[in-house]
Amino acid sequence: MRTDAAVDAAFSLADVRAAGLRWTEYLEIRGRLGREPNRVELAMFGVMWSEHCAYKHSRRYLKLLPTQGDGVLQGPGENAGVVEVAPGIGVALKVESHNHPSAIDPFHGAATGVGGILRDVLSMGARPIAILDSLRFGSPAHAASRRLRDGVVSGIAHYGNAIGVPTVGGELVYEDRYAENPLVNAACIGIVRADRLARSAAAGPGNPVLYAGARTGRDGIGGAAFASDELDVASVDRDRSAVQIGDPFAGKSLIEATLAALDTGVVVAIQDMGAAGLTCATSEMSSKGGVGMRIDLARVPRREAGMTAGELLLSESQERMLLIVRQGEADTVAAIYRRWGLQAEVIGEVTAEPALRIYDGGTLVVDLPPESLTEAPAYQVPEEEPKGRALIVEAPESPRSVAEALLRVLGAPTVASKRAVFRQYDHMVQLNTVVAPGADAAVLRLKEAPPVAIAVAIDGNGRTTWLDAWAGGAGAASEAALNVACTGARPVAATDGLNFGSPEKPETAWDLHNAIAGIADACRAMRVPIVGGNVSLYNESPVGSIFPTPMVAVIGVLSDVSCALTSAFRDDGDLIVLIGEEAASLDGSEYDKIVRGRVAGKPVRVDVAAHARLVALLPALAADGLLQSAHDVSGGGLAVALAECCIAGHFGARCRISGSSDPELALFGEGPSRVVATVTRSRLAALVARCRSAGVPVAELGVVEGDALAIRAASADLVVGLDQLRTAWEG
Amino acid sequence: MSAPRVAVVIFPGSNCDRDVLHVLRGVLGADAHTVWHEERSLAGFDAVILPGGFSYGDYLRAGAIAATSPILAAVRAAASAGVLVAGICNGFQILLEAGLLPGAMLPNRDATFVCDWTRIRVERDDLPFTCAYGRGQIARMPVAHGEGNYYADADTLSRLEANRQVVFRYVDDDGAATAHGNPNGALHNIAGIVDERGNVLGMMPHPERCSEALLGSCDGRAFFEGLLASIAKRAHSVAGGGR
Repeated sequence: MRTDAAVDAAFSLADVRAAGLRWTEYLEIRGRLGREPNRVELAMFGVMWSEHCAYKHSRRYLKLLPTQGDGVLQGPGENAGVVEVAPGIGVALKVESHNHPSAIDPFHGAATGVGGILRDVLSMGARPIAILDSLRFGSPAHAASRRLRDGVVSGIAHYGNAIGVPTVGGELVYEDRYAENPLVNAACIGIVRADRLARSAAAGPGNPVLYAGARTGRDGIGGAAFASDELDVASVDRDRSAVQIGDPFAGKSLIEATLAALDTGVVVAIQDMGAAGLTCATSEMSSKGGVGMRIDLARVPRREAGMTAGELLLSESQERMLLIVRQGEADTVAAIYRRWGLQAEVIGEVTAEPALRIYDGGTLVVDLPPESLTEAPAYQVPEEEPKGRALIVEAPESPRSVAEALLRVLGAPTVASKRAVFRQYDHMVQLNTVVAPGADAAVLRLKEAPPVAIAVAIDGNGRTTWLDAWAGGAGAASEAALNVACTGARPVAATDGLNFGSPEKPETAWDLHNAIAGIADACRAMRVPIVGGNVSLYNESPVGSIFPTPMVAVIGVLSDVSCALTSAFRDDGDLIVLIGEEAASLDGSEYDKIVRGRVAGKPVRVDVAAHARLVALLPALAADGLLQSAHDVSGGGLAVALAECCIAGHFGARCRISGSSDPELALFGEGPSRVVATVTRSRLAALVARCRSAGVPVAELGVVEGDALAIRAASADLVVGLDQLRTAWEG
Repeated sequence: MSAPRVAVVIFPGSNCDRDVLHVLRGVLGADAHTVWHEERSLAGFDAVILPGGFSYGDYLRAGAIAATSPILAAVRAAASAGVLVAGICNGFQILLEAGLLPGAMLPNRDATFVCDWTRIRVERDDLPFTCAYGRGQIARMPVAHGEGNYYADADTLSRLEANRQVVFRYVDDDGAATAHGNPNGALHNIAGIVDERGNVLGMMPHPERCSEALLGSCDGRAFFEGLLASIAKRAHSVAGGGR
């Protein structure tokens, strides 16, 4: 790749690669600047042009996503998206990955993942009110996977519990493809008055630039660039200094101080210093505002002596914010931070000339146009449709009966109860949690706008995506929206976390493109805009790439919290109905993996128009009191969904599944658009009429009764006692 | 007679302060105020609540640093003057570290943080904190802590029991104080205790998290209602009603 121009270059290929750049990118930088960058500048380009910060490979696909819609107060491009959920009340949401740090140091990696996403939401002026985590690990049968999982769970608990933001939901999925490269995506929801939204564009030449929060140390140096690398065996030791260390105590104080600072009305712009630290915050804020900054690193509060300019600029030390404050008001704002025991120093000022000039005392160390850093080149790479993807996981012994098969699927790590995990998270603090973790979606009442509540869920299915990327992307968005709708909430916005392998592999590029197209198609049909998101690429290890894993978090609005539904069967004698499209398949299903030991074939593609009708119908049915309970049918199919409703409600059920002559398919087949719901006998006719007029299929399944789940499906008869179901599910 | 004035102390790292205020003000309409940890006086307050959270990050030991903060001198003075002092969760840990209550907290039996519903039996109904409960009543209340495993030496434990200082005890679904009903391994299933005079109380469960039906239980509301009612009653019984 090295060209003749290299002969007179100031940097070697090794230097350029060490900065995380390609040779062509180095040449591009020289071209843009009309001179050689210095070593510090080169390092800044390295982090800012990383995939993590610059979306070099995903940008052109992300354009497919719908980002506008009713109530969107802030779409992509800020630290978090914001949507109006009640008059004058906005909810900020964002998801972010911390996969690589968590692979290296599960506890701190996960903890700082939570801290980082909290500050993205805080940057919008929102008080964080909930966290959700979507986690992927290798099979818990392996000690190494359990160690990673336990480290990640305690890291999330450590940070989330102390900072006083409830962890209200999420996912925990086990697949061996994640064994070496776990996925840790954290989503945060915040609440903000619509007229008090904070933004990040710097403005007002002469306005002071205020550094606030914790001191800067040597942790997390080059984290953004490292997050965009593949993991190898040496990573664990070599990269540990790229993992940040979080301090939830400082994080909590930072939330309170920042909200108080924003309340003063003198803060012009604010951004957290997360990935790429001071470099990212100064260049992005300047670039967005079309202004420049003059910064003096000598004034940056630091944890240790002897830090170089490069270290100060690249450090990803946690719990730090950068603020632009109105002239003459820096002391007022600084005093608020100091009252909370935090650092607050003016480190520079906004300049009219759009130049980022960074001094270290009297010495000019960086002189760059801000947009040269923020506008990285984009790449179009060849795509190739994957063919013949199939895995034979293992050949487990066949179950002797469908009842045994049900118990086996119900007890599979991905399907089984996650109570042991979520009871380690404080999910009640802030007094909003009406429906706690373990449900289809969490429901939070809004004290600011009673009786309005919001529902949130995050979903993604790597196995489906691996088999059919479009189906996986569309499925993730569809399932999250359906989970939200099952509580009676109307989905209003979403954020996406895209976790893939190396985009430089044509099959991965295909997956990325098609998964995003799937999310876009489903969201467009449901009129749910994607208001922000995160891309994590290069999730590769020596054993290969992860399953491509798009995750989508959806937020919905319940106009009256008292109408909130859960999956639990409520009363003896209630009738059980199946609402939605019947299409289902065993391809890619939990049953196929657990019982038949295969991951192969074509999962059902969601019919986005039909799914949108279902998602729109459920909140209307809930609001009119036509439903007693609702639960989406996902992993494990109808049999597992029915078992879950029984376990949650402490009731048995007697059901008959018609329509298929294959009992396995009828019981365990998975389809994206099905809901198990209950209705009182007297309201059945009204419910059926409403479904029909909405163009949504509905079929009677059975009745809530007794203390066992009895299902007749084609030639199979299954009867399992509630206690047995519970034992299998709770493990 | 003026309404009871309640102080809610905020330490850096407190995270249930806003929740307690929500219940006192928003649910019960009480006259509640925040007091910053650097303040040195609690004059004019009839009750002081130390809320849950991770004061000062719970560095060193849970509650250890908060116990040395300026406001604790005022809490100490208020306690000795007979003002009602209640520590919830981290507040309980602080009262233990400050020596205002006997014993100590160890990490939970399972060595992990636990956030879950528990059942607690109200062992006394003759205290200002519990006068709105019935004796032996079982209340459903959540806990959320990593260090709630109450420990005291044998002498202290027998003194606590003899003096009827154990106010709340974890019980199982059948109302028995068994290991099964105990979320953290606390000795004698202790969930809350009171000092010898009966005006300083510490409890691990969170009554503020179960004071509205929407949140799954209203069993905590009686804690705050009793507290407010007993202050009003006290004020009434003082000649002239003045403070």
